[in-house]
Amino acid sequence: MTNEELKSLISGVLPSATYEEGTEWLTLNMEPTEWPEVAKKLRSDEQLFFDYLFCLTCVDWKTHLTMVYHLSSTKHRQTIVVKSKLDRNKPEIETVSNIWRTAEFHEREVYEMFGVSFLNHPDLRLLILPDGWEGKNPLRKDFEDPVNMIKL
Amino acid sequence: MYRQTDIIEDNRDTAQGNFVINVGPQHPATHGVLHLVITLNGETIQKIEPHLGYIHRSIEKMCESLSYRQFIYVTSRMDYLSAHINNHACSLCVEKGLQVEIPPRAQVIRVLMDELTRIASHELWWGAMAMDLGAFTPFFHAFRERETINDIMEETCGARLTMNYMVPGGVMHDIHPNFQKRVKDFMQLYKKKINEYDELVTGNVIFQNRMKGVGVISAEDAVSYGCTGPVARGSGVSSDIRKIYPYEIYDKLEFDEVLETGGDSFARYMVRIREMQQSIRIVEQLIDNIPEGDFMTKTKAVLKLPKGEFYSRVETARGELGVYIVSEGATTPYRIKFRSPGFSNLSILDKMVRGGKIGDLIAAMGTLDLVIPDIDR
Amino acid sequence: MWSLSHITNEIHEWLSSTFNPTWTLIFEMVLAGVAVIGLFAVLGLVLVIMERKVSAWMQIRLGPNRVGPKGILQSTADTIKLMVKEGMTPSGADKFLFNLAPFIAMIVAMLLMAPLAFAKDFQLWDLNIGVLFVSAISSLSVISILMAGWASNNKYSLLGAMRSGAQIVSYELSAGLSVLSIVVLAGSLSVSDIINSQADGWWIFKGHIPAIIAFITFIIAVTAETNRAPFDLAEAESELTAGFHTEYSGMKFALFFLAEYVNVFIVCAIGATLFLGGWMPLHIGSWDGFNHAMDYIPSSIWFFGKTFFLIFLIMWFRWTFPRLRIDQLLNLEWKYLLPISMINLLLITAMAILKWHF
Repeated sequence: MTNEELKSLISGVLPSATYEEGTEWLTLNMEPTEWPEVAKKLRSDEQLFFDYLFCLTCVDWKTHLTMVYHLSSTKHRQTIVVKSKLDRNKPEIETVSNIWRTAEFHEREVYEMFGVSFLNHPDLRLLILPDGWEGKNPLRKDFEDPVNMIKL
Repeated sequence: MYRQTDIIEDNRDTAQGNFVINVGPQHPATHGVLHLVITLNGETIQKIEPHLGYIHRSIEKMCESLSYRQFIYVTSRMDYLSAHINNHACSLCVEKGLQVEIPPRAQVIRVLMDELTRIASHELWWGAMAMDLGAFTPFFHAFRERETINDIMEETCGARLTMNYMVPGGVMHDIHPNFQKRVKDFMQLYKKKINEYDELVTGNVIFQNRMKGVGVISAEDAVSYGCTGPVARGSGVSSDIRKIYPYEIYDKLEFDEVLETGGDSFARYMVRIREMQQSIRIVEQLIDNIPEGDFMTKTKAVLKLPKGEFYSRVETARGELGVYIVSEGATTPYRIKFRSPGFSNLSILDKMVRGGKIGDLIAAMGTLDLVIPDIDR
Repeated sequence: MWSLSHITNEIHEWLSSTFNPTWTLIFEMVLAGVAVIGLFAVLGLVLVIMERKVSAWMQIRLGPNRVGPKGILQSTADTIKLMVKEGMTPSGADKFLFNLAPFIAMIVAMLLMAPLAFAKDFQLWDLNIGVLFVSAISSLSVISILMAGWASNNKYSLLGAMRSGAQIVSYELSAGLSVLSIVVLAGSLSVSDIINSQADGWWIFKGHIPAIIAFITFIIAVTAETNRAPFDLAEAESELTAGFHTEYSGMKFALFFLAEYVNVFIVCAIGATLFLGGWMPLHIGSWDGFNHAMDYIPSSIWFFGKTFFLIFLIMWFRWTFPRLRIDQLLNLEWKYLLPISMINLLLITAMAILKWHF
C-alpha cells in the first residue's frame, strides 16, 4: 500500500489528522490530548490494524519534546509514524501500554531519559537508571554531568 | 541499585507467604548482568521484575557527539554477538540518508557476513541454552564450530568479535583471498555437525520435557509485546525483516522464513536450529557468486546527512534491530534511537513464566536469547 | 599369592604376638580408622581428577595437564589450596549448624565404608545386616544437606536443601527396593554372603530380566540420591548458583565436595557388590577352565574395576544429560520408578521361590 492510499484510508477514520511531507513513511501529527483516541482507532480499525508498535521514542528539540511512535501492521504490512509535540516543562501524554504492551517498557525508558510522564501508566518507575536519578533526564540536550561526560 | 519501591513490595509479598530472591546481576543463567527480582511461592514463580542498567553505557547519548563514521563502531558493542548486523543496520541508515547505492560486491559480502554471524550467534545460544539446562558438553561442541567462524572473520575483518567491518558505502576492505575456500570447507563440515546437535540435545527426552509447553507465548501477545525474531516466529508470527522488508539482496535469494506454531520454548529452539540451516542455504548460494568490482562506493571524508529522519530495520540473530536517526544537517546525528530486539523480548518474560517453576524460568529465558548489552545499550 | 587379606593377616599376627588382645584390638581399630580417612582422601582426589579427565575427553578438551605428569596432581594442589583458604561463615548464619554440616556429610560417607568388601576376606566389619546398614546410614546424608541449607541463611541454599530433601527421601524408596530384590535372591543381608552367592555367576546375569531392571532402577536412584546430574537439583548451578553449599568456602566446601565423590564411590561399590559380584571374578556356571583363569586376576582389581566402571557410567550421565525439573524429578520416582521396582520385586520374589534363577 502506498503512502497516498494509506493517507486516504486514515483520513476516513481520523478526519482531523495532519501530515508531514517528504517522509519515507506516512507521518501523522497530533495533539497529546487526542492521542488515546487516535491510538485506539489505529489499533482497532480493520483496514488499518496497526497492531505492532515497533519503536517508541522521544526527541528533545530544546523548545519542545516530540514523542515518536512507529507503528506497523502485521496483517496489512503498512507502516506509519505518529508524532506528538509535548510541552518541555511539563511533558505529559496518555500511556498506550494498555493497547500495545511493549509500550510499558519503552515508556519507562522515555520517562527516565526525557522526563515525560505517561498518565495512567501501570508502573512508571526508573527502569535503567539507578536510584536518585529521578528528574535528571540524561538524554535531554541540556543535561550536564561534568564528572562522567566528556565533551568532544 | 536496590530501589525503595521493592522493599515495600517485599513486605507485601512476604505477608502472603511468598519470598523474594534476586536472580542476578551475577548469576550463571542470566549470561550477563541482568537482574531479575523474582517473587516465589515455594518453587512457583509469582512475579518477575527485571532491573536493567548494570551495563548501560548510554550509547544513544554518546552517538550524538560522534560523527556518522565514528558512531558505527560503538554499535558493535550493543549486541556483541551480531556485531556485523548492528554495523549493517547503521550503515544502511546512513546510506539511506546520503542516498548512495553500494556496489553489488559489497552487498554480497555484507549478506555473507550477516549470515555467518547469525550462525555463530545461534551456535553460542545453542551451547549456552543447553548449559542452562544442565548439560555442559554441548557448549564445547558449539564453540568448536563457532571458533572456525571467528577465525574466518578474523582473517578478513581483523577482529573476532567487534568487527567494525561495514562502513557507509560498502565494506571497509576486500575479503581475504582465503575467505571463499575456508567458508566452503566450513560449510561442508558444518552440515554434518548440525545433525550431531540434534542427536546430542534435540532428541533427548529430558530436554524435550524441559522445553515443551514451557513459556508459551500466544501470537497476539508476541505482537503486542513487540517480540521479534525467533521469539515471534516460534509463535507463528511472520516477522522476518529479510522477507517482509528486504534489504540488500535478500529479495533475490532463496530461503524460507522459519515458522513454528507451538509458541513454547521448544518451538523457539527449533526455529533457531532451522534458521541455521537456512543461513547455510544463503551462504551456499552466495559463496561462489561474489561479483567482481568495487567493495565500496567513494563517499566524502566527512559525511553530512540532510535534515530529516531516517529509519532502517534489519534482522539480527535476535530479532528486529531498528536504527532511527534524526538529522539536523550537521556532521553528527541530532538524536539516535536504537530499537533493540532484546529490550522488547525481555518485556514478555514475566508474562510467559508466571506460574512456572524456577527451572521453567531458566528454560524460557534461555530461548529468549538475551544479550544484556543489547538490552541496556 | 599376594593379596590384601594376606597383608592384614600379617599385621594381625604381628600385633597379637607383640601385645595383649585388648591393645591389639585398639591398635587395629586405629589402623582401620586411619585407613578409612586415607581412603577417603585418596578417593576424593582420584575421583575429582577422573571426573575432570572424563569430562574433558567428552568435551574435546585436554583437561588439567600442568600439575604433575598429565595433570594428575591437579586435585592434590586444589585440595591444598582449599585447606589454606579462609573458611568464611556468613554473619546471619547459624554458626554451630553451619560448621557442623560438612562434618556430618563426611562422617556419613566414612561410616558407609564399614561393610564394604574391597577384596576377598578384606572387609572392615562383616556385620550380618550389612545392606540394611548401608541403606540406613546413607539416608542420614540428607540431614547434613538440610542443615547446611538452613543454617546458611541464604534463599538459594534453602531452596536447594529443600529440593534435595524431597529428592533423597523419594529416591531412597526405589534404591531400597532394588537392593531388596538382590537380598531376596541371595537370601541374606550380609555383604559377604551376597558376594559368595555369586560364585557361579553374577546376579545381573543369573537373575534374568528382573535383575537387569533392578540394576537400572538402582543406578537411576543412586544417581539421584548422590545429587549427581541429571538429578543435581540441589546444586543446579544455572538455577540456584550452587544450591545448598553456596555459602561454603575453603575446607568446609571441600568436605562437601569430597563427601559427594566418596558417596558416588560407595553407591557404585554397593551396586558392584549386589549386581556385579563385588570382588568375585567373572564365573560362568560350570566352565571350570574359564573360572580358574579368571581367579588369577586379584580380587581387589575385580572390585575396583567394576566400581570404577559404574562410576564412569554415572559421570557419563552427568556430562551428557540436561537437568530435570523438580516436578518431573518427583514424577519420575513416584509414577514410574517406584511402581516398576515394586512389581519387579514381586517378580523376583516369585523367581526366588520357584528357583527360576540360575
